[in-house]
Amino acid sequence: MGISFFTPLSWNDSGFILTGVLNTIYISVLAIVVGTILGLIVGFLRAEANRFVNSLMGSVLDILRSVPLIIQLILFSTYIGAMGHPLNPFVSGSIVLSLYTMAFMGEVFRGGFESVQKPMIVTARSLGMSYWQALRYIRLPIGLRAVFPSWLGVALSVIKDSALVSVIGYMELLRTSEQLISRTQQPLEILIGVGIFYFIISYPLSLYGKYMERKMAI
Amino acid sequence: MLCEGVSMEYQFHWNIVFNKMPQLLNGAFVTLHVSVLAMLIGIAIAVLLAIGKMSDSKAISFIPTVWVEIARNTPALFQIYMAYFGLGAFGIHLSPYVAVLSALIFVNAGYLTETFRGGFQAIPKTQYSASKSLGMSSVQVYRYIILPQMFRRIYHPLTNQFVWSILMSSLGILVGMNELSGETQRLQSLSFRTLEFFIVAAIMYYVITKFVLLSTSLVSKRIFKGDI
Repeated sequence: MGISFFTPLSWNDSGFILTGVLNTIYISVLAIVVGTILGLIVGFLRAEANRFVNSLMGSVLDILRSVPLIIQLILFSTYIGAMGHPLNPFVSGSIVLSLYTMAFMGEVFRGGFESVQKPMIVTARSLGMSYWQALRYIRLPIGLRAVFPSWLGVALSVIKDSALVSVIGYMELLRTSEQLISRTQQPLEILIGVGIFYFIISYPLSLYGKYMERKMAI
Repeated sequence: MLCEGVSMEYQFHWNIVFNKMPQLLNGAFVTLHVSVLAMLIGIAIAVLLAIGKMSDSKAISFIPTVWVEIARNTPALFQIYMAYFGLGAFGIHLSPYVAVLSALIFVNAGYLTETFRGGFQAIPKTQYSASKSLGMSSVQVYRYIILPQMFRRIYHPLTNQFVWSILMSSLGILVGMNELSGETQRLQSLSFRTLEFFIVAAIMYYVITKFVLLSTSLVSKRIFKGDI
């Protein structure tokens, strides 16, 4: 009697939680940056390519969007391991999360490029701009501006989806809290703290997205 | 180096997976089952929340607002953990199925509230008065004028949300639910053919998602006669 296997939550755990918080931010930002760059390329190619190439790219990207992220993560890390080149959870997690982000960003940017009307591009070219100049000064600024709210929406969902990288062993916020829960047996306090953290990051950004959407609609 | 690569070659054994096909299909059925249920109950709650949110009274619109913002701004995994582990603090112990179902209902209701509100507000109020002046009753106005137009606007968001539910129900794997992912996890732990089982699960998710999208788009062509 009297022996407890569980120790309550204390201030000593704050460093551990902070690691989780930083890792969540780290992998989300990385996936958003890489996913945006790749998505921009994919979106541009899909807007420019002919119908055949377009549908081919579309069906490959579709796989990334129709298979649950959690299955993709498990599959990728198992596959890499089985082929004899195991990667650490952070690397395989960020590869999968970046490709997943790319699939969604590609659609967003394709919409942006297609929103710039043909006459505008023709006008730019007839004013003596080269193909790349028209892209750089006309299509990119107008197209990207139009899709900013959707871009922000995808970025927000990536921050939330980054929680799933915990499945393959990456020490992000949800996994650190899970370990704290199994030690302290105080699930409610810890989970509410985790929820508040995601909310604090996500809510202001979603408000900003709504504000931009309203501003652009006028 | 080369020799090492050859000796490490992974041998695929598909027979084990095919022998377990009935269990996997049963898992796929549970996935569909929980998603459909989460969708139907989510829609019912979302209608109430949307009506509440459009209310002029601050006190009434407060609850839907909080619900929507929490559902939209926290990860689905967090909500499932909350239902499964968090509620235990109140002495409520849910089974994995009920925990995942209630988390999905919570999120669906949150997202669909905004969809319904947007769909409703997109229809000009003048249409209501115009129909009234043509001699329609309130019920008739909603039945023949407002709801058909509203349904047309919310149809695509609804199908997207349904696909999202199917994909997110895969988080049941983390609380030991017996849907497709959880079943895959359980079966692979018995045989250690992890790769084969998860490849088959991925294909099954792909087929389910494509099937749902294809059938909803066929339905939409039929009921909206192409003009959407």
